[in-house]
Amino acid sequence: MHAFTDALVITKRQLLQLARVPEVLIFSTIQPVMFVLLFRYVFGGSIETGQPGGYVQLLMPGIFVQTTAFTLAATASGLAEDMQKGLIDRFRSLPIARSALVFGRTLGDGLLNILVLAVMGLAGYLVGWRPTSGILKISLAFLFLLAFGYALSWVGIFAGLAARDARVVQNVSFLVTFPMTFLSNAFAPTTGMPKPLQYVAEWNPVSTMVAACRQLFGVENKFGATAGSFPSENPLTMSLIYMVIILVIFVPLSVRKYTNKVTK
Amino acid sequence: MKSIVAQDLLKTYNKGSIRALDRLSLDVEEGTVLGVLGPNGAGKTTTVRILATLLTPDSGSATVAGIDVIKHPDKVREVIGLSGQYAAVDETLTGWDNLVMFGRLYHLGKAASIKRAEELLERFSLTESARRPIKTYSGGMRRRLDLAASLIVKPKVLFLDEPTTGLDPRGRLEMWGVIEELVKDGVTLLLTTQYLDEADQLADDIAVIDHGKVIARGTSDQLKREVGGERLEVVVEQAHVAQTMAIVAKISGTKASFDEGLRKISAPVTTGAGALIEVLRALDGAGIHPLDVALKRPSLDDVFMALTGHVAEVEEVPTDSKKKRKGGNR
Repeated sequence: MHAFTDALVITKRQLLQLARVPEVLIFSTIQPVMFVLLFRYVFGGSIETGQPGGYVQLLMPGIFVQTTAFTLAATASGLAEDMQKGLIDRFRSLPIARSALVFGRTLGDGLLNILVLAVMGLAGYLVGWRPTSGILKISLAFLFLLAFGYALSWVGIFAGLAARDARVVQNVSFLVTFPMTFLSNAFAPTTGMPKPLQYVAEWNPVSTMVAACRQLFGVENKFGATAGSFPSENPLTMSLIYMVIILVIFVPLSVRKYTNKVTK
Repeated sequence: MKSIVAQDLLKTYNKGSIRALDRLSLDVEEGTVLGVLGPNGAGKTTTVRILATLLTPDSGSATVAGIDVIKHPDKVREVIGLSGQYAAVDETLTGWDNLVMFGRLYHLGKAASIKRAEELLERFSLTESARRPIKTYSGGMRRRLDLAASLIVKPKVLFLDEPTTGLDPRGRLEMWGVIEELVKDGVTLLLTTQYLDEADQLADDIAVIDHGKVIARGTSDQLKREVGGERLEVVVEQAHVAQTMAIVAKISGTKASFDEGLRKISAPVTTGAGALIEVLRALDGAGIHPLDVALKRPSLDDVFMALTGHVAEVEEVPTDSKKKRKGGNR
């Protein structure tokens, strides 16, 4: 079976694209770095955290999760664009495993995330972010983030296949992921939200991810919602459950949709 | 031996309300070129997509190189090449990148992929632009690269879906040259086109399709004959019209017709160039100097008109593919 090596060829294609058009890489890292700086200096001063090391310790896990959540839009629009250009037809007429293209793309977007997270981590460090939990837990946190981004990129695959236009799918993906990342404990305490929204925020996968990362980076999750609920007590477990749910639903669904895709 | 056989292909959209293919059947003899000719929306692309395993028909069957496209699509993909209506290559990558990538996807090794890519770039005169991203290519270069990508492993059957749509005249001529070269190598080619002259130029055999059905099949000459043979056309001064009509009628053996606006007298003839000589002699003998004399063979446009009752709708670039290309650029 060539399924795996075929997928790697597709992944390599994405990396080559970055090498040929480095602007894409530059801009996809500038945006999160800009968020780090904006939140750190615009909100950081006015949000009282009582956190040793300041707001940035709570902020960084939030921004990491937000950025990985945006993988969804990147994957979706990349795939939709390939379809629009007829490239998917070419791939589908080749004697390759049908899953290779989608697996290859999720892998490529995952690799891009490594780079983006590294640049953000560095930017965070420069503005005072100091995780205290030791190298093992810090690495684990990043692995967790990559896994989250990977799971979401399968949602992106599905969205990209369902979409008819690359620009539309990019906008729609942001319309979903943007409020999702703000309706959470990522940037501010959820306790200030209206009660119903607090529940949403509490069970929001973004919140559980952020809480899990804070835990792994050695920061108390001060923006968490009601103590005693399952997601706030077990953010790591809950995040893992979410990822598994997403993958179990969207991997088969996307592969099937891709295989059956009837592009007119 | 038949390389492509399609039988009663039916494909509907919107729960049967739109019939893209209405029990279409066709076959292509090994090593020959079939031109599938039809206007936009006739079902050309749907036919190609089914034969190239990208679409499953609602009913009907098809084999390519003897392999059932519905039962064994994977095996079909190993022996076909497909080049689409608009260049389906990665535009951000260079020509070289693209061909090497496709080589890898055909499971040639790394070295073999590079070797093949370089051969194809050379063959399609793209060596100089090999290291440039595709988006800097001209339309003709893009098509040539797209075609090269479909030839990585020498396919037994090649599908070209409107290979010259949207190209400028020079690009079309270059593409024709490239396709003619390919055909010499003995590949079986199914080519769709909405350009009548293209089918005339490249195809051994032509299938005219309209509304999802083959409405005529034959060589270009056969189709033209079906519509009627050659016509003799003479234009003279008004004063000589009556006399000339008599001369033309005598040579033709039937009554000549007269187009008042163009002052053109015409009649069907069967003797070809001989009729031309005869009419010139007769006119000269009568002291008439014709303004124009021509022996007109029916064009495929005439064929299309006669078969479908409507003119082939030729657009330079179909609006949907234009949109696709524009939409693709970030």
